Amino acid sequence: MKDSNIITVQDLTKTFNGLVAVDHISFSVKAGEIFAFLGPNGAGKSTTINMLTTLLRPTSGKILMNGHDPATSPHKVRQSFGIVFQDPSLDEDLTAYENMEYHGILYGVPKDTRSVRIEELLRIVELWDRRDDFVKKFSGGMKRRLEIARGLLHHPNILFLDEPTLGLDPQTRNLIWNYIKGLNKSETITVFFTTHYMEEAERVASRIAIIDHGKIIVQGTHQELKAQTGTDSLESAFIALTGRDIREEESSNLERMRMRRRIFVRRHR
Amino acid sequence: MKVIYILWLRQLKRYVRSKARIIGSLGQPLLFFLALGFGFGPIYTKAGGGSYIQFLAPGIIIMSILFTATFSGIEVLWDRQFGFLKETLVAPVSRLRIILGRIFGGATVAVVQGLIVFGLCLAVGFRPVSYSLLPLALVYMILMAITFTALGTAIASFLEDMQGFQIIINFLVMPMFFLSGALFPLQNLPKPVVIISALNPLAYGVDGLRGTLINMVHFGLVTDLCVLLAMAAFLTLAGAFLFSRIEV
Repeated sequence: MKDSNIITVQDLTKTFNGLVAVDHISFSVKAGEIFAFLGPNGAGKSTTINMLTTLLRPTSGKILMNGHDPATSPHKVRQSFGIVFQDPSLDEDLTAYENMEYHGILYGVPKDTRSVRIEELLRIVELWDRRDDFVKKFSGGMKRRLEIARGLLHHPNILFLDEPTLGLDPQTRNLIWNYIKGLNKSETITVFFTTHYMEEAERVASRIAIIDHGKIIVQGTHQELKAQTGTDSLESAFIALTGRDIREEESSNLERMRMRRRIFVRRHR
Repeated sequence: MKVIYILWLRQLKRYVRSKARIIGSLGQPLLFFLALGFGFGPIYTKAGGGSYIQFLAPGIIIMSILFTATFSGIEVLWDRQFGFLKETLVAPVSRLRIILGRIFGGATVAVVQGLIVFGLCLAVGFRPVSYSLLPLALVYMILMAITFTALGTAIASFLEDMQGFQIIINFLVMPMFFLSGALFPLQNLPKPVVIISALNPLAYGVDGLRGTLINMVHFGLVTDLCVLLAMAAFLTLAGAFLFSRIEV
């Protein structure tokens, strides 16, 4: 089982109006591992995740997720993964339990398994006592925990986490990684995550890939990456590989809108 | 089926839970009804039109349905901003079922809102000429609600943020409302206005509702029904198509 690939990506390319966002990348993720996908802003991380999760169609190249091709059988691929997006994707006007329940119905989880599974997961992320509270009353860390629980409800084989600890304090970050590591073992689930916190990647990831300017520049364990660059931390290795330039990302309307909302919500909390 | 039901239920729960929204969206139709109804009433009667309150009430009911339905459709944008849309887009269900759940949910909310306004109109003194046609009136209300929720959804599918929304309200919804015959009769108007009104789906809803409630028709009840059925079906399909093309 350890040597079988659950995600295989070959020559994957995505262009937006002639602009190459992802440029012929190939990599694979083994079943059961925790895989870190790192890169500076605008390097192509989100575009790659969106293609893996059926939200974007690749311009060319091939993806195999859990044995299925997102282009030809999107629903089978969708059934095989759970995802925690970078921005919250909960319905804040519903309770924690309702958010879980709706997810279960969307994914066709039968009624009796659903209620058992919801209780099990909400207990793991320590939100069972708050199940009937509206999500809008939750803190950022609680929302993240709920999203992780929700992403696992339909027994996926792969869990995508797009910057799961962004904006959280060290205590909450630790807690969240403890859940994820525990679930990786107890559910034998493959974890694919992105982060800008290099020490997190170094600590939890079994393998790491670094993407920059739409190309995968290196992949391996953190020891291999450090040895290759002659550095003593993943952070130094990352900077040695991607340079010190600050990336200016042009934000879309949607991103600006979300940014405004984040500022707005923080001000009114 | 279960997916459509759960998305429908979600819209309803959100509606019932936002008391401010319910009261807020009742304010505008009520204001129009009282201000115009009592303001223009005497002139309308003097010109030989009869009771303006009677004439206006169906138009005000339509107004509340129009605005609630369009807003419900536009909620797709809201979901996009608050991220919930992504959750539904990566789920293993077809976009068609998602959109149907949304449209039925939004339309149900709009019909409920229309019925509340109907009740308010009764309280202020409006009296339908016969209660036997009320079920047919409800059919018109439902068709209107579906048509405009679908229209709102279709529009929201290609808007990127809430700014564009205000433009739609000012340049599409308001003109549609004013040229629908909701506030004044369509008879004896300048030719261009009559032509525009005939192309306005809302005019058929107003006409259908007025026909069933106070027995006063312009296009004819059968024409109204056919046009509304066609519009509801067409816009639901168009909305589903546009929605299915959303990329995140």
